[in-house]
Amino acid sequence: MAYSDKVMDHYENPRNVGSFDNDDAGVGTGMVGAPACGDVMRLQIKVSEEGVIEDACFKTYGCGSAIASSSLVTEWVKGKTLDEAAAIKNSDIAEELALPPVKIHCSVLAEDAIKAAITDYKSKH
Amino acid sequence: MLQQNHFALFGLEPGFGIDPHYLAERYRELQRQVHPDRFAGASDQERLLSVQQAAQVNEAYQTLKSPLRRARYLLTLRGVELNEQDTRMDPLFLMEQIELREALAAVAGKGDPLAALMALRDTIETKERALVTSLTEAFARGDEAALEEARVSVRKLQFMARLNSEVEELEEGLA
Repeated sequence: MAYSDKVMDHYENPRNVGSFDNDDAGVGTGMVGAPACGDVMRLQIKVSEEGVIEDACFKTYGCGSAIASSSLVTEWVKGKTLDEAAAIKNSDIAEELALPPVKIHCSVLAEDAIKAAITDYKSKH
Repeated sequence: MLQQNHFALFGLEPGFGIDPHYLAERYRELQRQVHPDRFAGASDQERLLSVQQAAQVNEAYQTLKSPLRRARYLLTLRGVELNEQDTRMDPLFLMEQIELREALAAVAGKGDPLAALMALRDTIETKERALVTSLTEAFARGDEAALEEARVSVRKLQFMARLNSEVEELEEGLA
């Protein structure tokens, strides 16, 4: 499978790989998995008291497209409010990374992961 | 023979518990019966049919032999959708998956990578066996709640299958 330049860039230099302490009240953690391919994704956000995402990180075990999708989302959500971040659509991710149809599910995974992280953060507050 | 479900083809009632020896024996028997070589002198139509039947016998055997594929097939027969688009899973399970994959990624850097890999494979096998046990129990009950449990276990087993193939890949790399 030929990856787009943008996917290759995120795959070779993934942004914001890592983890935050989930016990921190300002941290929201989203974990999702794709049963069909066995990919696992963890995406975390650090939210300010004003409800703005100050930092984000991820850890993804999966193909290049899944890694690129989560890497891109961590870049996108920084500086966004929770509502703005929740509005990110998988189609935006797929378009930015020029994902082929068979890899669309990787962008779905990233959308679901950020939504899950936001839900987790809100459940703590 | 064609259009029978895989269980009926092997003379079995649909169910998760299967005797692997019986399955292998019945497979060899069926293979003999439908082998295209036996139809070398037969009409085109009969030969075509034997090829189709041989393919069905193979497909049925591969499906019934594997606990994961057998469970998926049983759920399909019972009309349960696996819903592969649903990415929500038990967070503890996903956490454990991430830990197992981190451990797998760390194997190459160990003093004795092969020993570390084998230990990890044992851990994965133990977890897999537990899932297969819960599947056996759920399919034996067979009610709606049990089938939902089975669906969740099948989803988890798919992650285990992925881990197993990564273990195998790494093992080949180390050998």
